[in-house]
Amino acid sequence: MSEVSVREMAKKAEKKPSAIGPDIDLNAYSAEVKEHGKIQKLKELSGEVKEKAISAGIDAEEACRSGSFFQMDHSVILSSAYQNGLEIMSSTEALKKYDWLQDYWWKAVNVDADKYTAQAELKQNHGYFLRALPGTKVEFPLQACLYMTREGLAQNVHNIIIAEENSELHIITGCTTAPRVRTGLHIGISEFYVKKNAQVTFTMIHNWAEDVEVRPRTGAIIEDNGVFLSNYVCMKPVKTLQMYPTAYCVGKNATVRFNTILFAGEGSNMDVGGRVFLRAKGSRAELVARAITRGGDIVTRGHLIGEVPGIKAHLECKGLILSEKGRIHAIPELEGKVNGIEMSHEAAVGKIAEEEIQYLMARGLSSEEATSAIIRGFLDVEIKGIPEHLKREIKKAVSMGEERLL
Amino acid sequence: MEVAGGREMDVEVIELDMIEINNLTVSVEDKRVLKDVNLHIAQGETIVLLGPNGSGKTSLLKTIIGIPGYKVESGRILFSGKDITGLTIDERVRLGIGIAFQRPPAVRGVRLKDMLRICMEKRGDFKEEKINEFARKLNLLNCLDRDINLGFSGGEIKRSELLQLLAQDPRFIMLDEPDSGVDLVNINLVGRVINELLEKDKMASKRTKAGLIITHAGYILDYVNADRGCIMLNGTVICSGNPRDLLEDIRTKGYEGCARCLK
Repeated sequence: MSEVSVREMAKKAEKKPSAIGPDIDLNAYSAEVKEHGKIQKLKELSGEVKEKAISAGIDAEEACRSGSFFQMDHSVILSSAYQNGLEIMSSTEALKKYDWLQDYWWKAVNVDADKYTAQAELKQNHGYFLRALPGTKVEFPLQACLYMTREGLAQNVHNIIIAEENSELHIITGCTTAPRVRTGLHIGISEFYVKKNAQVTFTMIHNWAEDVEVRPRTGAIIEDNGVFLSNYVCMKPVKTLQMYPTAYCVGKNATVRFNTILFAGEGSNMDVGGRVFLRAKGSRAELVARAITRGGDIVTRGHLIGEVPGIKAHLECKGLILSEKGRIHAIPELEGKVNGIEMSHEAAVGKIAEEEIQYLMARGLSSEEATSAIIRGFLDVEIKGIPEHLKREIKKAVSMGEERLL
Repeated sequence: MEVAGGREMDVEVIELDMIEINNLTVSVEDKRVLKDVNLHIAQGETIVLLGPNGSGKTSLLKTIIGIPGYKVESGRILFSGKDITGLTIDERVRLGIGIAFQRPPAVRGVRLKDMLRICMEKRGDFKEEKINEFARKLNLLNCLDRDINLGFSGGEIKRSELLQLLAQDPRFIMLDEPDSGVDLVNINLVGRVINELLEKDKMASKRTKAGLIITHAGYILDYVNADRGCIMLNGTVICSGNPRDLLEDIRTKGYEGCARCLK
């Protein structure tokens, strides 16, 4: 497909609302920003930027990271790899550098899916290109931070992540806003390509301001024996968040796991799902979601599509309602198209069982302590296959959210 | 007074009531579950509570521990002379009341080990090494890292309840059917730990604990000495006496016999 036709497709979809989630008036986010100057190390960031980035899982010291990417508004202010075999740069730069990148551009996500994908094509502001060369195994995770400093700004990024054959890539992405910013729009296209025997873990921590609208659009293509593990944490307020990342298991024994942890306070509207097409023998998928509302609105979706025999997939969604107001709508979908597949789901939505609180009180905890122990336990999703320090980042992000919860 | 063997003989009987329940009437959602219950348990004493299903045994324990929903209509409960009728569960626990539930809920994300830590911390005496020591005693080392009661077998639940009591070390111990679902291999173990909790190794007058044990089948009486038995029927304690004699009566005449006896 030529570039011209991609743009044409985008233009046609410019006004196309998303199939789900509240519609956004894109014209409302038209603030202009100036370019920000480059830095050499994240340490050079100002204290306030650093603090916000750290709260979204970024290691400002970069000691335990194999590379860093930092985009402030529309400027890539840092992109460095600290290990051989890794490439980190602006995706716009990468597109200029590598002709072959066209073969990966809008191949895991459709450019005309909706007006957000269209805007990302028509008004792109960088995004990151991360690539592990064949056989490269990262020692530490790569980190990427997308940061918004300007009120009313639209940040439209397009990320491409490629794990070449036999490589291993761990990524942590933190998205956040400057302390005074309240409103903004973040559109993030992420296309993952996990080649034969490669492994990618992707941990995304969102830490937005109360009135930011967020529309990630994610697609992942996983080849033979490839593994894609995606963890998403959003414990902070957001005006509207809608995403439905989709993975395609196209190679035999391809494995996908999505873990999602959401907390919606009053005024937050979240619609987050995960979809996996199991298209090759031996593919595996597991979707696990935990949602907590205290007055916010959460739709948690999951859709597993078994297209060939010999696949196995499971979907689990648990929701906890902590206040009179608030709603959790769990929509698990299983779609089997052939014989010889194994797919299952479990979903449960409710409030904390009084009986459990009483049980913990009978061991000496106060009612409040018992409630927080149960919430902590509820959010303690077993996250397999990611490095220990990333587990710690997830725990940290969750526990920072917990403080607001309790 | 000295007797052969040099042991001091206790002549004075200490009559210190640890629990005093007076004219207790309780309802759950407007349904009366306890009617005018009177029961005194002295320090050092162990009582078994017998009675058919639905007679109010578990309701009595839940009322003593303070489960909301068990509404005290009249009467009161004293613990060591203090009126605890209006206290919350955790306040009662802090005073030294402990309970092993018959069917405790599973709590996801809270491991048995965490519970033991909570139990010890709450009485201000946390010792990490005690966790394994206690678990070994109850043959539960393999359950420590599991979410509490989640997928536990019936016997494991009973033993884990006792394990938590070991960590809590309460002065007044309530056990709701500690023997049901426990296999023959483990019932010995369960009996031994109950005796330890109730300080059965000490001379009767030296014991500082007291116990109230619900037993349906009475198996536990083969392992734990009870001082007294009480029979509950239709929400009230109808009689008390030697536990073995009471059990024998029930075995031969059934609870119908108790009902007839009342008339």
